[in-house]
Amino acid sequence: MLKTFAKGGIHPPENKFSADKKVERLPIPKKVSVPVSQHIGAPSKVIVKKGDIVKTGQLIAEQSGFVSANIHSPVSGKVFKIDLVTDTSGYRHQAIIINVEGDEWDEKIDRSEDLKRDFDFSSEQIIKKIQQAGIVGLGGATFPSHIKLMPPKDTKAEILIINGVECEPYLTSDHRLMLEKGEEILVGIQILMKALRVEKASIGIENNKQDAIYNLKKLVKNYKNIDIVSLKVQYPQGGEKQLIKAITGREVSSGALPIVVGAVVHNVGTAYAVYEAVQKNKALIERVVTITGKSVTKPGNYLVRFGTPIKDLIDAAGGLPEDTGKIIGGGPMMGKALNTTDIPIAKGTSGILILPKEESKRREVKPCIRCAKCIEVCPMGLEPYLLMTLAEKAMHERSEKEDVMDCIECGSCSYTCPSDRPLLDYIRLGKTQVGAMRRAKSMK
Amino acid sequence: MLKLIVSLSPHQLGKNSVEKLMYGVIIALIPMLIASVWFYGWGAIVVSLTAVISAIVFEFLISKYILKIGNTIGDGSAALTGLLLAFNLPSNLPIWLIIIGVFVAIVIGKMSFGGLGNNPFNPALVGRVFLLISWPVQMTSWPIPSPASEKFLGYTDVVTGSTLLGQMSEAMRNGESMKVFSDRIPNYFEILTGSVGGSIGEIAGFVLIAGFVYMLARKVITWHIPISILSTVFIFSGILWLVNPEKFIIPFFHLFSGGMLFSAIFMATDYVTSPMSKKGQIVFGVGIGILTIVIRIWGAFPEGVSFAILLMNATVPIINMYMKPKRFGETIKEK
Repeated sequence: MLKTFAKGGIHPPENKFSADKKVERLPIPKKVSVPVSQHIGAPSKVIVKKGDIVKTGQLIAEQSGFVSANIHSPVSGKVFKIDLVTDTSGYRHQAIIINVEGDEWDEKIDRSEDLKRDFDFSSEQIIKKIQQAGIVGLGGATFPSHIKLMPPKDTKAEILIINGVECEPYLTSDHRLMLEKGEEILVGIQILMKALRVEKASIGIENNKQDAIYNLKKLVKNYKNIDIVSLKVQYPQGGEKQLIKAITGREVSSGALPIVVGAVVHNVGTAYAVYEAVQKNKALIERVVTITGKSVTKPGNYLVRFGTPIKDLIDAAGGLPEDTGKIIGGGPMMGKALNTTDIPIAKGTSGILILPKEESKRREVKPCIRCAKCIEVCPMGLEPYLLMTLAEKAMHERSEKEDVMDCIECGSCSYTCPSDRPLLDYIRLGKTQVGAMRRAKSMK
Repeated sequence: MLKLIVSLSPHQLGKNSVEKLMYGVIIALIPMLIASVWFYGWGAIVVSLTAVISAIVFEFLISKYILKIGNTIGDGSAALTGLLLAFNLPSNLPIWLIIIGVFVAIVIGKMSFGGLGNNPFNPALVGRVFLLISWPVQMTSWPIPSPASEKFLGYTDVVTGSTLLGQMSEAMRNGESMKVFSDRIPNYFEILTGSVGGSIGEIAGFVLIAGFVYMLARKVITWHIPISILSTVFIFSGILWLVNPEKFIIPFFHLFSGGMLFSAIFMATDYVTSPMSKKGQIVFGVGIGILTIVIRIWGAFPEGVSFAILLMNATVPIINMYMKPKRFGETIKEK
């Protein structure tokens, strides 16, 4: 029996068209726009000005609070201006626009492809290096990684869980990374284990990535205390709480952090970035991005410098299909619909998905027939139909009592609803209102 | 300029639809319709067609001209309600009575609350119970089945008799020993393959079970409601039987007689009028099971499952209020 999480879940069509496409380097564009908020938390503080000459990997915006992250120049060239740019959130945020000149890297960075296995750093040194490199969770949540490596005083990490699930349909960037950079990921995991002072790590991978599981199982023989766990193909297997449940059998209670059950979860992409930061002194300036969609002529996986407009990536994949209805940053279940092709790729962009017109439109909403399928699929054990009604009627106190804040926004309820009701839209509304209510209370 | 659609996730929707679910139930009922034609002849078709057509017509008129919510007959729920009501009627019922029953079911039981999804009581059962208490004679003159291999029955050439439950009720009133009574009725294999009279949907329990398995496989319904009803009926009537086998009949009789199987599988599982959580569905099923046996043994009517379901329909809002699904992480919640 394959391991999985306890309740709910769906199985959408996988559509992993780009799974066998090797990661290629996307050419560096003439101009990049690097947003200063590519992570959860406070936007970084810009430390360059117009006309400055920057090198690839040089710090250009620094962490500006506890939850925040450094940002480095993904290219070499001249700072053209600091301006507002529409980013993946759909809003205009401050960004550093750089005109590219050549590709001259910061001297401290080791650009060789050689694998470097050994390291001799203390836990504190590792965390500092990760923090300096501006590493954030690359699974999509973009939470600054160094904070997750410093558990609160009264807790103790027991196991490091590496998320290689990639349960979103279409996306293959983590899959390719596990195939092509398996050993680097394993070294990265060892570094993270040292930083957390844990003796045990598990990599969770959905069973539809047999080649990645095989590859890592072969490589892992040379590494101690890391095991590879095959997981059932079931969305949202890669949800943090679901993954912990599947691997350890423990449930993280409402509102609590994974550390209360002794677990810390990082993405495989993050583990690779940690390897590069610690062993090669390379800050986070690029990532693997999947470009895919049913009408895309050449779906693929590309190593892309941050700040590159998604237009360049789409062109590399054979151009924008004629029947394009929607461009999504991320996967079809949790990704964000983008409104232009000028949006720069950022730390959290795991893929660009292009949906044809006929799949882009919502269907007609019908009355709720109380079939209870939304309850069946909710991985958090919530009642989406009820939360939607409560949000519609603005009964936010009751929403809070019905645990609306536990919703992980996986979208399984909306996906499964036979009446095509926009359940998650209303649940998000409820969450926002309850969040505002809580903040107002704590102000008093 | 490139025009892109922007909306919130999820951007991909599943293949479920109201139509698929409703037609799923209708497909599960088709073998039953064939079996009832085999045993009851033309009557089964006349009753079913009348009910389905009048249900569609009533729903169409009300949704279009009174509620003005557009034409809703396409979702299949009106046809399903008509068919379910037909299966709760004897195959020789006069057409005008069927139309009255459908009127009560669709117009009063469903559309007066605002249409699909809003009615508190199972509309087909509302129609059935209305007919039962208003025209008890016509509603309880059950045709005696005759397999088509022997004689194919026309709509009017049926001989009527009482159902097994009616016979038991009478035997109980006369103080006959249930042991003696069970010896003179057909055995359970005969009952399940359709040799006793009753409503259209009460014939041939094996076909009903096949429909149940089909709906489970298609994920139209889950096992919780039917199984909890049937096991409660079995356990409750089993206890009574163990206490006094002279006075109470063996539990298999209750499972396989009357509308028990049909109602547990098709009537109690109506989405709109059953609870949302699995826990709630089990409570609902247990309640129906207990009430059915209480009505059958101590009530005025020989058959109680329709009343039991309607009574439990009334408790659904309360069940939904208190029977919540188990939240993730609840086991270690410190409260």
